[in-house]
Amino acid sequence: MSLRVISMDAMGRFVASSRSEYRVVGPKPLHGQYIFGDVESPDDLHLNYTQTVIPPKKYLFPQREELLRFKSGDGEIEPVFDAPPTILLGLHTCDLHAIRLLDRVFSSGHVDQHYRRRRDNTLVISIECLRPCSRHSFCKSMGTLSATDAFDLHLTDLGAEYTVDVGSEAGEALLAKHAKTRRATDDDYQRLNTALAQKWPHFPYRLDFDVSELPSLMRTSYNSPLWKDLGERCLACGSCTNVCPTCYCFNVQDEVDFALSAGRRVRIWDSCQLDEFATIAGGHNFRKTRAERQRHRFLRKGQYQTDAFGLLGCVGCGRCAQACLAHITPVDTFNTLHHERSGGAARPKGGAA
Amino acid sequence: MSGTLIETLGESLYLPQTARIRDVRPITAMEKLFTLELPSGLTLDHNPGQFIELSVLGVGEAPISISSSPSRSNGTFELCVRRAGDVTGALHRMAAGQVVGVRGPFGRGFPIERFRGKDILFAPGGLGLAPLRSLINQVLDERGKYGRVTILYGAKHPSELLFKDELAAWKERGDVELHVTVDRPDENWTGNVGVITTLFARAQVYARNTVAVTCGPPVMYRFVLMELVGKGIPDGNIYLSFERRMKCGVGKCGHCQINHIYTCQSGPVFSYAEIKGVQEAL
Repeated sequence: MSLRVISMDAMGRFVASSRSEYRVVGPKPLHGQYIFGDVESPDDLHLNYTQTVIPPKKYLFPQREELLRFKSGDGEIEPVFDAPPTILLGLHTCDLHAIRLLDRVFSSGHVDQHYRRRRDNTLVISIECLRPCSRHSFCKSMGTLSATDAFDLHLTDLGAEYTVDVGSEAGEALLAKHAKTRRATDDDYQRLNTALAQKWPHFPYRLDFDVSELPSLMRTSYNSPLWKDLGERCLACGSCTNVCPTCYCFNVQDEVDFALSAGRRVRIWDSCQLDEFATIAGGHNFRKTRAERQRHRFLRKGQYQTDAFGLLGCVGCGRCAQACLAHITPVDTFNTLHHERSGGAARPKGGAA
Repeated sequence: MSGTLIETLGESLYLPQTARIRDVRPITAMEKLFTLELPSGLTLDHNPGQFIELSVLGVGEAPISISSSPSRSNGTFELCVRRAGDVTGALHRMAAGQVVGVRGPFGRGFPIERFRGKDILFAPGGLGLAPLRSLINQVLDERGKYGRVTILYGAKHPSELLFKDELAAWKERGDVELHVTVDRPDENWTGNVGVITTLFARAQVYARNTVAVTCGPPVMYRFVLMELVGKGIPDGNIYLSFERRMKCGVGKCGHCQINHIYTCQSGPVFSYAEIKGVQEAL
């Protein structure tokens, strides 16, 4: 669609005005890190942020989400849809790619109405990444350093102004109602293209191979000795999956009130790294070892999701590497498998300091 | 309300419909047979091998295979449930007249249309008879469409044999070959003793025209498969029904994944040819 330009000041007024209709959520500083939280005023706006601890998926797929409410006795059950109109503001493009995958997952086969309802009531405003936001990120290698078509509006910081790429009619309407923007001029296009061209050298390639080879690499790495090594290091804490923007496995639990007269069914984030994730009622655990569970996680990221949904299950944000106490990282994992196959030796990169 | 149970998921994938318990029949010390009735107008419309998600509100939800055959649906359906966890424990404490929640049926059942005209060899182990009973009774209710029917059933102990009255009836029919074995006999047991694989020598099989169907505890498959493959039954004619932790039933929650396969969507019934190279399957 069209390209608009908005000033920094107008951006603040846009947020303030939008709050009359929407819950506005964006990156905010907390204890020296950034998190996604409610933007209460334009002063809360921190679009020039380093990576958030938890990705914005929590607004589409909350850590704890009511699915049903019920009363005991008469068996009355009703579904719960809690989907306030929301603007997700300032998403880095890795997180945007992740939402694209979640959209496919929850809209394929059986359509998950609880996710869809939130998603349909959410406007996504992403922002072009001009500098790396984490020493663990490898978005350039994963092909997620540019926006993908899941945004309603996409911003690029030109200093005193942002260009606004309008990605949907809903985005266009939001802008028309709440923001003062102007049509981009030839000069704006030139400044935008300069910014986009100049950003790339600031980001390192961190995979030692082309990402298009990743699914086939994973397909031939099932019996790699690396999994045993990762299993010995892994603490099975589930931190990697909790901070992952594309992980969506969940558990479902019932909670009842004190009088046992009513209750709710909730879904909560679960992790394939936890010991009992694949255990059945009879006690048999189909993925007993940490090695098997790490392998499962990385195969999902590098192969299974591509096979099922046509998109990689890893967007290269590096949050799992940041979170892992045992220094298990996707970059080292993928590179080690690549060098195992090609006969070379991987050079551990950890976080590229 | 009218239509099929699965159609009611249009509002929410996770919304169960209430079903009334019509009858509870103890089968062993661990298993009970529950007869459930859907609200009027709703039909289950299942295939043998499919499962439902059963809710005891306030306790939780668990995947349970459907034990009755479509040919005997009659507005009700049966679940043979072992007391194994929170949900099944709570269910075992319930009585006729009370209500539970049901969603489904889910998954891919047995491709029964492909079994027509073939000899069928059933090899259930233990609780594996619960899902296979749905298929067995369907086959017996349209007996003329199939060739020889052989059932090899193994249980740990005579007290753990399921559906003893039906076993006796199958034996009586004359058009079913039934062999039963137990790992450990009691003083009254006069039948075969040994694990299920000891029965396979009894089964006369024309491999090319035989479909084999097995379901049992995880440890059993490898050994039963050796027997079936050893008899020359093609991999594509061997069907297995898998137990996994199918928490959501709709291909989202991840618990039932066998490598890349969601058991609740692509299974729980697989042909051996489909899962032969899938390392987490067996």
